[in-house]
Amino acid sequence: MRRAFDEDLQELQNQMLELGSMVGEALARSVDALKRQDMEASREVMRNDMKINEKRFAIEADCLRLIATQQPMARDLRSIAAVLEIITDLERCADYAAGIAKITLMIGKEPFIKPLIDIPRMLEKDLSMLDRALKAFVDRDVDAARRIAAEDDDVDALYDQINNELLAFMLQDPRTIRQATRLLWVAHNLERFADRITNICERVVFTVTGEMREMNIQEPEAEPQ
Amino acid sequence: MSEPKIQIQNVSYAYGDQQVLRNITLDIPARAITVLFGPAGGGKTTLLRLLNRLNDLVEDGRMTGRILLDGADIYAPGFDVPGLRRRVGMVFALPLPLPGTIRENVTYGPKLAGLRDHARLDEIVERSLRQAALWDEVKDRLDSPANALSGGQQQRLCIARSLALEPEVLLLDEPTSGLDPISTAKVEGSLLILREQYTVVIVPHSVQQASRIADYAAFFLMGELVEHQPGKRIFTTPVDKRTEDYVTGRFG
Repeated sequence: MRRAFDEDLQELQNQMLELGSMVGEALARSVDALKRQDMEASREVMRNDMKINEKRFAIEADCLRLIATQQPMARDLRSIAAVLEIITDLERCADYAAGIAKITLMIGKEPFIKPLIDIPRMLEKDLSMLDRALKAFVDRDVDAARRIAAEDDDVDALYDQINNELLAFMLQDPRTIRQATRLLWVAHNLERFADRITNICERVVFTVTGEMREMNIQEPEAEPQ
Repeated sequence: MSEPKIQIQNVSYAYGDQQVLRNITLDIPARAITVLFGPAGGGKTTLLRLLNRLNDLVEDGRMTGRILLDGADIYAPGFDVPGLRRRVGMVFALPLPLPGTIRENVTYGPKLAGLRDHARLDEIVERSLRQAALWDEVKDRLDSPANALSGGQQQRLCIARSLALEPEVLLLDEPTSGLDPISTAKVEGSLLILREQYTVVIVPHSVQQASRIADYAAFFLMGELVEHQPGKRIFTTPVDKRTEDYVTGRFG
């Protein structure tokens, strides 16, 4: 009985990791398609988002089945609750990738007003945080989770840098406003992605300690599409 | 938390050579449900029985420590034991209605205590059955035999019988162990109402039941009180590894 349940919990975690790698790949592809201004690849990212949504619902159904049939307690219950939260964050992360793909379609083939340098940097940071956050969950590593959450500040700093730079372009030449605003959305999506990873880190701490606490308190802000 | 209703102080208990409770200290708050749970043989039922001195006649039973009810030592010489059992009612795992009607089951205790006033007895019948969440199901057949009731109804009748004496404390030893989920839900529902007025101490029949109804939960393992926490925290975030292992089904 217990062994079957342990296998189910393990499988749940594997499914979550698979969703995580789908999400990481979607984000990488969306930025890559932006860099290359590849419309077809962008559309593919948007189509693929449906698969990610389906996967998330499948995992959610598994969580509910386990709760109903095993009536889990203590760390089992916390693990399943954490998976439910994490897959929701992952699904939102995938929406950011789809959002970037959509912006790429809006920019079209119009030449970039500047080479993309910090956006790929944000991407690298996001992907690295995602991978390590999920690993911290698997390892139930609270210290790692706290360190990774703190790295959200680096992503915020990159975002501020991009923000300032694009503002300078817009002030200098109003004809850049349209594209600069769109690139700003891209950066914003990448910034929000890292916030979601912070949520995952919070769930690692919760799973191990039962403690529910915000790790990075954000200023209230409106979220553009 | 106000003054605890019951204070269990350094209580140990043995049947002959067999130690079943080891130095238990536990406060039981008034008007709340305290759940005593853990694997079989952990001493929960013994502790429950000690709370209204049901073990007094166990020949080789030996208790040390003190149990206070409203600050008074219930094992003090000369303590009024029948009075204690009126104040501290007990409901057992197997519902055992008395022969006779539903009404007679409820009025048995009060009549034994000398109450004859019919209006007053009717009042007690209705109040007790309502508190036990049974009134609506039996109000039209109070004079039919109690043993025609379903298992779940019989158990709620036993709860009503205890409540007829207006106890201050209600002890329940696995009161839903033989009941289906609907009857179980009804008994649990009545406990959640009773806790507003009574001090309830229950040995639940499963960890899930413990988690549903506990205001306070105490985990017992081999005669030892391992962990005691308010609320349902013990079921989501236990402190002791042994509690964790038990509630997640890793042993027991």
